[in-house]
Amino acid sequence: MNQTGKGGVSAYLMKHMRDYGLLFALIAIMVFFEIVTDGTLLKPVNITNLFLQNSYIIIMALGMLMVIVSGHIDLSVGSVMGFVGALAAVMLVTWDLPVWVVIPISLVVGAAIGAAQGYFVAFWRIPSFIVTLAGMLVFRGLSLWLLAGQSIGPFPKSFQALSNGFIPDLFGVGKPNVTALLAGVVAVAVLLWMGLKTRARNARYGIEDEPMGFFVARNAIVSAGLMFVIWKLAGFRGLPNVLISMVVLTVVYAFVTERTTLGRRVYAIGGNEKAAKLSGIRTERLTFYTFMNMGVLAALGGLVFAARLNTATPKAGFGVELDVIAAVFIGGASMSGGSGKIVGAVVGAFIMGVMNNGMSIMGIGIDYQQVIKGLVLLAAVFFDVYNKQKQG
Amino acid sequence: MTALLEMRSITKTFPGVKALDQVNLIVRQGEIHAICGENGAGKSTLMKVLSGVYPAGSYEGEIHYDGALAQFRSIRDSEERGIIIIHQELALVPLLSIAENLFLGNERAASGVIDWPETFRQTESLLKKVGLREPPGVQVGKLGVGKQQLVEIAKALSKDVRLLILDEPTAALSEADSQALLDLLLELKAQGVTSIIISHKLNEVKRVADSVTVIRDGTTVSTLDAHKEPITEDRIVRDMVGRDMAHRYPERDRRAGEVLFEVRNWNVWHPEQAERQMIRDISFTARAGEVVGIAGLMGAGRTELAMSIFGRSYGRNISGEVTVKGRKADTSTVPRAIAAGLAYVTEDRKSLGLILEETIQKNTSLANLEGVAAHGVINEAQETDVAEKYRQALRIRTPSVFQRVMNLSGGNQQKVVLSKWLFTGPEVLILDEPTRGIDVGAKYEIYGIINDLSAQGKAVVMISSELPELLGMCDRIYVMNEGAFVGELTAAEATQERIMSLIVTE
Repeated sequence: MNQTGKGGVSAYLMKHMRDYGLLFALIAIMVFFEIVTDGTLLKPVNITNLFLQNSYIIIMALGMLMVIVSGHIDLSVGSVMGFVGALAAVMLVTWDLPVWVVIPISLVVGAAIGAAQGYFVAFWRIPSFIVTLAGMLVFRGLSLWLLAGQSIGPFPKSFQALSNGFIPDLFGVGKPNVTALLAGVVAVAVLLWMGLKTRARNARYGIEDEPMGFFVARNAIVSAGLMFVIWKLAGFRGLPNVLISMVVLTVVYAFVTERTTLGRRVYAIGGNEKAAKLSGIRTERLTFYTFMNMGVLAALGGLVFAARLNTATPKAGFGVELDVIAAVFIGGASMSGGSGKIVGAVVGAFIMGVMNNGMSIMGIGIDYQQVIKGLVLLAAVFFDVYNKQKQG
Repeated sequence: MTALLEMRSITKTFPGVKALDQVNLIVRQGEIHAICGENGAGKSTLMKVLSGVYPAGSYEGEIHYDGALAQFRSIRDSEERGIIIIHQELALVPLLSIAENLFLGNERAASGVIDWPETFRQTESLLKKVGLREPPGVQVGKLGVGKQQLVEIAKALSKDVRLLILDEPTAALSEADSQALLDLLLELKAQGVTSIIISHKLNEVKRVADSVTVIRDGTTVSTLDAHKEPITEDRIVRDMVGRDMAHRYPERDRRAGEVLFEVRNWNVWHPEQAERQMIRDISFTARAGEVVGIAGLMGAGRTELAMSIFGRSYGRNISGEVTVKGRKADTSTVPRAIAAGLAYVTEDRKSLGLILEETIQKNTSLANLEGVAAHGVINEAQETDVAEKYRQALRIRTPSVFQRVMNLSGGNQQKVVLSKWLFTGPEVLILDEPTRGIDVGAKYEIYGIINDLSAQGKAVVMISSELPELLGMCDRIYVMNEGAFVGELTAAEATQERIMSLIVTE
């Protein structure tokens, strides 16, 4: 609508500072670390590592976004993740159960844990902060008990493949991995096609949309970035299995939150629970489900993490909940619920991941890393609040 | 009488909008001055300029107060000079006592240690002044809205108020509480307090105001002086809307059909205090095409009745029977009540009716998402069409349905709530204070919508604290008091006096 004239463009930019800001922040951080690490950050092996290292954070951030959108918080995810990893290790190594049995059982256990916490939050209205704080302590203790302070491993190859496997090149070229390249091209095509479709719809209904120049530039940057990453991956070992599961989960959760009645209702609960309830939304039941969903994803995160390390340690998942929650807030979700996007949470997780990775390569100590990550989180949320005030 | 306050040619612009354009306001010492205008006319902006919320320099024009040019940079500045605003949303801390609230930020203390005997002594004398008989130690949250309003006024008095500004003071009050508040204003006037009252209730304005300034679209339209000529409601309305309004209530074909909605022997107990019965054996009916009113004082239990019927959203141990179209209806949860054909438009649209941060579109579809979705996937194009249809039908004034609801005026917000419920295809609409806090023009439009609904053969149950509105709109009026119905009047028999006497004689 308002695209003519400079006022329109700058006004648009002002209004959507957050969305662009997030993307630019990610790019800027990557460029920064690429320079200070003398090109180590974007080496094929390191890019592959980036995905492997952060996959469990991203998987849990998907569930955490829904929990936070519904107006709650889940502090227990790190402990639950560690507990389920430990449980899987016991089942695989000590009891010698097959992988195809262990994975479903682990996910069901995660669901049950989420359901138990969700039960107290949704039906007894105990603040989620308290319920999940209790859960955090309980499951941290239970993992210690389960492992008796020892690490358990190694795991069968088929279980490790959950995290460390790669999609083989179906075309037999190997280097570069043609399957990966092809997947990249398809992904870019789908992204562009969906972008254009949304744009056409917006034009039809007179929804304010980004100026054409922005649309082209943004898609060019995203597509180029995507192809760059894919090219690097193709030059190493191809697409990691876990990347595929991550992408699939992200797409599914983005669809559910943005396009389905279920997702809409979760946002409604976070936006105004009383109004949602009086509009016929079963607020308790839905809140219960968001916690149960979180439990499943935390379990999946635990499996992926254990598979990657090829061992379950008593320390697994320690403090991870903070990284997951930080990713969601860096991604633009509101503390009070009702707003936030899946894509934002994923980009937020990558920002955290690239910083972790870059700072480790630089040899910055864990002490300073924590300080810097904390400041970045504060800066991101401050930027949000500042923007809102300026608009209001 | 000299002028205490003179605002000269006040102009205030926001990016893209001129909220105030050369507004003049003269308030004389010791008078009650009413400011009238539709929502969005600029009344609140003007008061924010006066109180320093918009600091000196951010607007054009001059404020002369007490004979000198005033340049307030903050609320603190204006409060120091005795200008105190009481907002519509009360600024009290519910968990603190009356005494603590009165002296919040202004404690009776010596070097940080509160002098409780002195605090209580002063509180008692202030409460006596405003006629509130409650012990100073009572938690404010336990008082009704009317009494809280009095606490606010007492708080203003504790600060040596010279100019008291009340923004819609009676909007949430019952008839009796409103009268008491207006009497208090007159008494304060006798003691030399000047006040400005912003109100939509023109009968109240007429009763207490010495002069009236009407604002429309950010400009001063007229200033009326009650001492020179009698102020009439018609005159104010004409100035407010810029056109004559011969009829405050649109005409309707009154043709009631079969009994569509019936409630029998409805009993409800308080959700926390198990022995307290809130609704006592209420039975009533509404016919197709009929508008039925429920009159009563604040606290009579009208909202509790409506919400307990609608999905048991209020109360415990609910018993009784609901019939829709002659068939027994299950209204035990909100989704079931909606399925049975009921819709409930809440009295508190901001906290119970809308998701303010969301768009008109998303609010419209909220109660019937299945109506715009297939297999749980929302068809956004269809959703937009639905919202657009109601936007046009109900004339919601907004650039597009993608506007956030928080940016709309009260009247337009109410229309969004109505859109939401109309989209569920209800047979019975229970409207709880459907025109509270919205301006005259929008009220007329809401009345028009109600008439359209009854013309379509729906049954409308209307709860309102404004008796003229019930008298103007309803075919029958039930009178409610202390949880029970104490009378039923047809449109022909009903008068304000008869309704009030039914309440009082009970």
